[in-house]
Amino acid sequence: MPQQIKKLLIVFTIIFGIFFIIKYALKPKSFGEFGHYRGLAIIENENKQVKYVGTEACNDCHDDIVSYKKEGPHVNLQCEVCHGPGYLHIQDPETNKLIIPSKREKCGICHQKNAARSENNITQVNLKEHNVENKCIDCHKAHNPYEFKD
Amino acid sequence: MNLKTEKSSRRQFLNTVALLTGGLLVSSVTKPFNGLLAASNKPEGNEPWYGIGIDIEKCIGCARCANACKEENDVPREPFYFRSWVEQYTIKNNGEIIVESPNGGIDGFSQSVPDEDIFKSFFVPKMCNHCSKSPCVQVCPVGATFESKEGVVLVDSNYCIGCGYCVQACPYGCRYIHPEKKTADKCSLCYHRISKGIAPACMEICPNDARIFGNLRDKEGELVKFLKEHTCHVLKPEMNTGSKLFYNALNQEVK
Repeated sequence: MPQQIKKLLIVFTIIFGIFFIIKYALKPKSFGEFGHYRGLAIIENENKQVKYVGTEACNDCHDDIVSYKKEGPHVNLQCEVCHGPGYLHIQDPETNKLIIPSKREKCGICHQKNAARSENNITQVNLKEHNVENKCIDCHKAHNPYEFKD
Repeated sequence: MNLKTEKSSRRQFLNTVALLTGGLLVSSVTKPFNGLLAASNKPEGNEPWYGIGIDIEKCIGCARCANACKEENDVPREPFYFRSWVEQYTIKNNGEIIVESPNGGIDGFSQSVPDEDIFKSFFVPKMCNHCSKSPCVQVCPVGATFESKEGVVLVDSNYCIGCGYCVQACPYGCRYIHPEKKTADKCSLCYHRISKGIAPACMEICPNDARIFGNLRDKEGELVKFLKEHTCHVLKPEMNTGSKLFYNALNQEVK
């Protein structure tokens, strides 16, 4: 074997050797467990905090409101749609209060008249014309909006 | 003699090339794009294989899905980062199409076109399509994004190097680089919820049940029933991504 080939072979062996050592050292342990990714990533994704707890959890304490809501058109509406995620509130209700939205715009997010909304799907009002001076909840009961406040 | 063979081989070569390209062209035109590709042709396995259904007829454009997604998954509140958002399509009487999505719809939609100029208007909620042949998974140089055995495309944020290839590769614009973590972020189909048997936040919060999430392998399941009863389409079927997000009443104008 010629001298230069020998030298080249040595250089290549060293380069590949270093490459495999680095690859072995840097490759995470769970890599390739299920596929071309870190198997642990599945568990990390699973362990994130659940923040929207669902109406059943609200029903544990606020059963009066939940059952009252069932009498009206908001029957299928989850409490957390308007009040925000409740995971902190169910841990410590006193310090972690939920949002009680009162602005007209908040109701308008669903009920503002819009050509893309079908009348069959949702009751709509034109917020720019309908009783502009007042808040929606001055007249309507939020949990059962076809009933009016005295 | 030699000259002759050379000539005929060149002709042969050109013929073969023409045949191959022509054949490819013809087959791509004649073979229709199958919207239900991923629903009808599932990989083998027994675990659930998740898909999503969105009923555009039922969507009221409240974008509570987009809001709930931001709350549940710590997505930055700035109007630039979305895992899930809602677009309003307005087709005007003069044929012009306007697409609007102010802050992803989270602060509500205000109609910019007067009623008399509108031919048709509708909302299109968008999110990750959880493709079964994901372009984003294919381009990741380090294996930081992958498809779980349930068919959910996830990101390993501890391993991602933030190169942004996947952001460019996604034909649906469903990825972004998280401004604090500097890694790619996308819809995980609320993997932390579905693995505990709870529906994803956007599905749970939808006030009009316009969003359906289910197991494509369960023939009696809600999603398969939805696909059978409605004419469903996927976005960009020509890209052959094997999208598992099926829309009912999707207009061709939607891109």
